[in-house]
Amino acid sequence: MSFLVLEDISKVFPTAVGVEKFDLSVERGEFISFLGPSGCGKTTTLRMVAGFESPTTGRIILNGEDITDRPPNQRNVGMVFQSYALFPNMTVAQNIGFGLKIRKEPESAIKQRVAEMLALIHLEQKGNSFPHQLSGGQQQRVALARALAIRPQVLLLDEPLSALDAKIRVSLRAEIRAIQRQLGITAIYVTHDQEEALSISDRIVVMHEGKIEQVGTPFEIYNFPTTRFVANFVGSLNTAEVEVMDPSAGIVAMNGIRLTSASDLKEKRKGDKVMIAIRPERIGFIAEGEKENVFDGKVENITFLGSVVRIQLRVGGTVFNMDTFNRPSLQLPQTGDTVRVTCSSKAVLVLSE
Amino acid sequence: MKKNVFWNWFWIFISLVYFFIPLYATFNFSLKARKGELSLLAYQQMMEDPRILRSLIFSTEIGLLTILLGLLLMVPTVYLVRLKAPRLRPVIEFISLLPFVIPAIVLVFGLIRTYSGGLLPLTNNYTGLNFLLIAGYVVIGLPYLYRSVDAGMSAIDVVTLTEAAQSLGASWPTIMLRVIIPNLRSAMLGAAFLTLAIVLGEFTLATFLVGLKAFGPVIWQVGQNRAYEASALVIVSFIITWVLMGLINFVGRRGAADGSVAAGPR
Amino acid sequence: MSNNARVVASGGNRPKPPSIRKSPPSFAWLGVLPFLVFVVLFLFLPSLSLFVGGFQDAKGNFTLENIRGLFTPFILNAYWVTIKISFTTAVMGGIVGFFLAYALVAGGVPNWVRSSLMTFCGVASNFAGVPLAQAFIFTLGRVGLLTVFLKEALNIDLYGQGFNLYSFWGLSVTYLYFQLPLMVLIITPPIEGLRREWREAAENLGATPSQYWWHIGIPVLMPSLLGSMILLFGNAFGAYATALSLTGGLINLVTILIGSQIKGDVLHNPNLGYALAFGMVVVMAVIMSIYYALRRRSEYWLKQ
Repeated sequence: MSFLVLEDISKVFPTAVGVEKFDLSVERGEFISFLGPSGCGKTTTLRMVAGFESPTTGRIILNGEDITDRPPNQRNVGMVFQSYALFPNMTVAQNIGFGLKIRKEPESAIKQRVAEMLALIHLEQKGNSFPHQLSGGQQQRVALARALAIRPQVLLLDEPLSALDAKIRVSLRAEIRAIQRQLGITAIYVTHDQEEALSISDRIVVMHEGKIEQVGTPFEIYNFPTTRFVANFVGSLNTAEVEVMDPSAGIVAMNGIRLTSASDLKEKRKGDKVMIAIRPERIGFIAEGEKENVFDGKVENITFLGSVVRIQLRVGGTVFNMDTFNRPSLQLPQTGDTVRVTCSSKAVLVLSE
Repeated sequence: MKKNVFWNWFWIFISLVYFFIPLYATFNFSLKARKGELSLLAYQQMMEDPRILRSLIFSTEIGLLTILLGLLLMVPTVYLVRLKAPRLRPVIEFISLLPFVIPAIVLVFGLIRTYSGGLLPLTNNYTGLNFLLIAGYVVIGLPYLYRSVDAGMSAIDVVTLTEAAQSLGASWPTIMLRVIIPNLRSAMLGAAFLTLAIVLGEFTLATFLVGLKAFGPVIWQVGQNRAYEASALVIVSFIITWVLMGLINFVGRRGAADGSVAAGPR
Repeated sequence: MSNNARVVASGGNRPKPPSIRKSPPSFAWLGVLPFLVFVVLFLFLPSLSLFVGGFQDAKGNFTLENIRGLFTPFILNAYWVTIKISFTTAVMGGIVGFFLAYALVAGGVPNWVRSSLMTFCGVASNFAGVPLAQAFIFTLGRVGLLTVFLKEALNIDLYGQGFNLYSFWGLSVTYLYFQLPLMVLIITPPIEGLRREWREAAENLGATPSQYWWHIGIPVLMPSLLGSMILLFGNAFGAYATALSLTGGLINLVTILIGSQIKGDVLHNPNLGYALAFGMVVVMAVIMSIYYALRRRSEYWLKQ
């Protein structure tokens, strides 16, 4: 049995969307992200693991024990909050040692553990500071240390970086991941930032309106989204409605343009409408000898995004974004030009709904 | 969880009983002016007593003049300090909070000592005494006046508004009357109602400066010998306070709570 | 002129637009002048005159005799009774007011109960002085409704058991009518400032609710609690009208003593009266400084 199992969890709220039929097994040491827009139930699910909400139905099993009805102060899971939630009346060291003090550990053991934790988060000098004397990033590291100090079985992180500046977000998420790997602790990380989820996780659970949309590795989620929601939410994606021409050969038509898809279309019939999705970076200018999936687009807009240049193309009735690397050799078209572009059949994803 | 809710209700219940009983007792008493039956006789007698109405009108007038003088002093000061001398802001704020330190009885004592002779004798004629009363009330009301005017001005960002008006070619009077004042209306109304609530029933300053001309001392006088009328007056003055507080909520100046700290007609 | 230029130069980070810089330099001072003159005339001068008077003898010579006079038993007793009643009502009002405010904020109570009680507190904290005293006479006076009810229905004779509305405890019960709601009004924002995450973080780390209160809730609220009670203390300390109309001036409070002194020199020494009054200002000044120091501290914490 897996280390942490959420079995058929649901949560009903009188007014808001709750969580429906949530099933998930987490292995020991795994780093899982719950990804979705606000109000999708990801935080509610996390809070049920922490014990702040109790599920309407279902069971939560941690390390073989059913903890569904256990009060939060007896669960031994560490939680990091979006707003840090450091106790303002205690020093950094007192904050980190709080959980151990509650457990009545001897003073010397607390002291040693606090020193360990301060070293782990590289704030050795700040033990006697108060939270309001620290920067946001430092405060969140202290919160992380505080959650880890009690040696929790699972570490829960509820959008821990969303109150921080962009630069600190990137460096701190790497630090969180490194600490998690170092300690080998199981972690659940809630975020609405797809880039964060992709960069940090072993597996991602994409949620929408209380339900799981897709569970998979970052690679799977990004490259093979199975639903329209995932496709749209993770990365920027071009979607279009197409008509199935030949299910066995995977050929569809988009405003008269024939496209070949590597996705499975066997269950569809000729004439069915399906949604396809193509990542902007999978579209490229035509190279010599390219035959498959070639189509023309009129350049409507060109946006410089740093390492990438985004070109907006009108293809038939739809607008496609195409991303191309900002190489020195790059020769950009002008607005109004018509360009010939292509993408591989593997890039044309057929979405399930 | 259940236990907590019980204790919450417990404290609410205790407080409600404590708040309610004196009002009920007074109201009950006010209906018993005629022996053996309930009647509004006490209220009728109260209405027919010319002193009561006269004093209520007098205190209202004093209150309105207090508001006028207070706003005339405070609005330009706060405005100019924000616009031109932000460095002075803590000074003005400190001065405005000073009246908290001076109990009403001490203030009136000082006013009488200062103005009963010397260069500016005000206590030897009615106009002077009335003015002294108004001035005293402005002093008492200073903290609230400052706080609401200042809060009102920071809510609308007067500096930017002024610059915008200037860039559109507005003159100073136009800026004041057509841009700043209208935007401060709810803050100023809130301060006004609070000031009125303080002034109407105020006893300490009134009794030493104008005596039975004012409403507060009259309530006291009536209470000395005519209990039924007095009970009716208590109910009426409670209702007046309630209405004024309701008006403050109505004009939307949240934070009247903070403003009502530590003065009032104790 | 140079004065104003300096203000503009150091007036902070906001660059002044040229149109403002062009206006006459003395303008700002002219606008602030009436306020300053008023404050000097009706706030500073009266206080100063009491201060000076407190250090003068009848002929106007400097003396410390009046200050020494403050430490005579009669006046010390007045201060003592005033402090005692202020302290009692501040602590009682503070504690009950805190529980009431917490009950209203914590939830489990319908919104309309909460908002109407809050409004009532606004009214009650401003309903004081003569009408309040009279309302309590109708309630707890010798023939007050509650006194009679307790005696006839429950056979409890309040006055027979030593209670007297016109004494210390009667006055305290009456003062509570404005102290309690005032406490609710000033302690509610700090209670609302207690963040749910603190409680959850504490629970998550293994703390029971009482451990949360002991280690976090109470320490965080402590500056606000103390500050609020100190404010209540000051509030009762300066009260005059309520005490006068309840006890008819029979209770020996400093405010009552000053009132009698204004009416007819009961101390037989006007200058001792001035010292007495200025003594109140000193006490109030100390109280308010402590209050603001505590408030700043709690804002520091709660705004995190």
